[in-house]
Amino acid sequence: MSIWEYANPRKFMATSGALLPWISGLAAVVLSVSLIWGFFFTPDDYRQGSTVKIIYLHVPAAIMATSVWFMMLVTSLIWIIRRHHVSVLAAKAAAPIGMVFTLIGLYTGAVWGQPMWGTWWEWDPRLTAFLILFLFYLGYMALWEAVDNPDAAADLTSVLCLVGTVFAVISRYALLFWNQGLHQGASLSLDAEENVADVFAYPLWTAIAGFFLLFLALVLYRTRTEIRARRLKALIQRERMA
Amino acid sequence: MKGLLLRDLSLAIRAGGGFGLGLAFFLIVTVLMPFGIGPETPILSKIAPGVLWIGALLACLLSLDRVFALDWEDGSLELLATSPLPLEAVAAIKALAHWLTTGLPLVAAAPVLAVILNLPGDGFFWLIASLAIGTPALSAIGTFGAALTVGVRRGGLLMSLLVLPLYMPTLIFGAEAARRGAEGLAAATPLAMLAGLTLATLGAMPFAAAAALRVNLR
Amino acid sequence: MPDLGRYAVEVLSAYAGTLLLLAALIAGSIWKARRVLRQLREAEARRKAPK
Repeated sequence: MSIWEYANPRKFMATSGALLPWISGLAAVVLSVSLIWGFFFTPDDYRQGSTVKIIYLHVPAAIMATSVWFMMLVTSLIWIIRRHHVSVLAAKAAAPIGMVFTLIGLYTGAVWGQPMWGTWWEWDPRLTAFLILFLFYLGYMALWEAVDNPDAAADLTSVLCLVGTVFAVISRYALLFWNQGLHQGASLSLDAEENVADVFAYPLWTAIAGFFLLFLALVLYRTRTEIRARRLKALIQRERMA
Repeated sequence: MKGLLLRDLSLAIRAGGGFGLGLAFFLIVTVLMPFGIGPETPILSKIAPGVLWIGALLACLLSLDRVFALDWEDGSLELLATSPLPLEAVAAIKALAHWLTTGLPLVAAAPVLAVILNLPGDGFFWLIASLAIGTPALSAIGTFGAALTVGVRRGGLLMSLLVLPLYMPTLIFGAEAARRGAEGLAAATPLAMLAGLTLATLGAMPFAAAAALRVNLR
Repeated sequence: MPDLGRYAVEVLSAYAGTLLLLAALIAGSIWKARRVLRQLREAEARRKAPK
């Protein structure tokens, strides 16, 4: 068994290698179209003026930030149950992407919030939960880097992802308890849940699709790198022992 | 199990066991706060419950690396893993020992330190109650964090990064209970939520910690 | 450029910051991928060389 230690990674590499150019291209097109559409070809909101254009960045980033963590949870579980290496490496690959999406969500939220609410930050439950999510991403990535043995790192980070998710859910309720009394509905009621007019909704949905495709392309790309990195590490260890 | 507990307790109390360090840290942090925030009594008494809770939390955090590190270094952790005692029980005992040597002394010291922060009289009961109920959760969650990072050299900072977000719900409910009590409001609800949280973590964390230990002991 | 009115700075900095972060993410991913691929090829070559 010379080229790859595991059969599954080989199939993954072949399939992802074939798909990646298409997905990347599609992501680039959809994302550009949505942002150009939103930035240049939508009207201002009568309440928020031109800042409504930030919605095409903020909402997709925020949606993806939580979706990526959920994907990491699922792939970590698959690793724990079925020991499917590609799965846990996909989780590892996804984490920096989710972290950047969270950062974009926090940053665009602050920039949007300042003219709208007069403040860069509010300790309201949704924003605070988002900040905690950012910390969870950091912790997950830090643990991967800190543990030498790849399988041990995979197991420990998967356990962390699981425990972290449980605590994130608990925190949601704790946060609502902590701050619900002060700000009724001051949180972002501007996202797609509210009745966003069609003229905003269509580019918004396109932007969400664009961000999703971007994530897909990046996670496939990064997982390929992680698979190769794992192979590299094994080879180097064999060299050291020889 | 009792033997393990007594062993850990005596190791902690012995010189170099770090028994008083958590307490000393709690004192120092509490004393430092007015220097950072300003000496105005009304402000201090308003933030006293939160400051004390955070100080206790940080003191717990800093003593967590002792939970498994010493046994890891000299190989006793492997011996414990192969003993007839299930690893979950080992983790639970370790958490209990941590609480007895760190959490419980903090609960005892809190009212004394509350005096120098001008905690309102109403708040003392709620502060002590919330810490007494909440610190076991901090020990249980912290033991999980220690188990995750036991194999990492100088893993203290990493463990803090991992554990602090997990501490958040406990801190929120505990500090809320202490704060509401200090302001004379009804504090039973957050205290009850805190108790629920503690019970849940005491039940679940030993399993998570044992899973992490098994990975690290392979 | 549409008339962004008095929120021009906010909107533009939101877009600029986002694009910067995404560019950094993509660039970082590409850089890491190339580095790993190069090192892997070198390691594979070393493995095959003496045989």
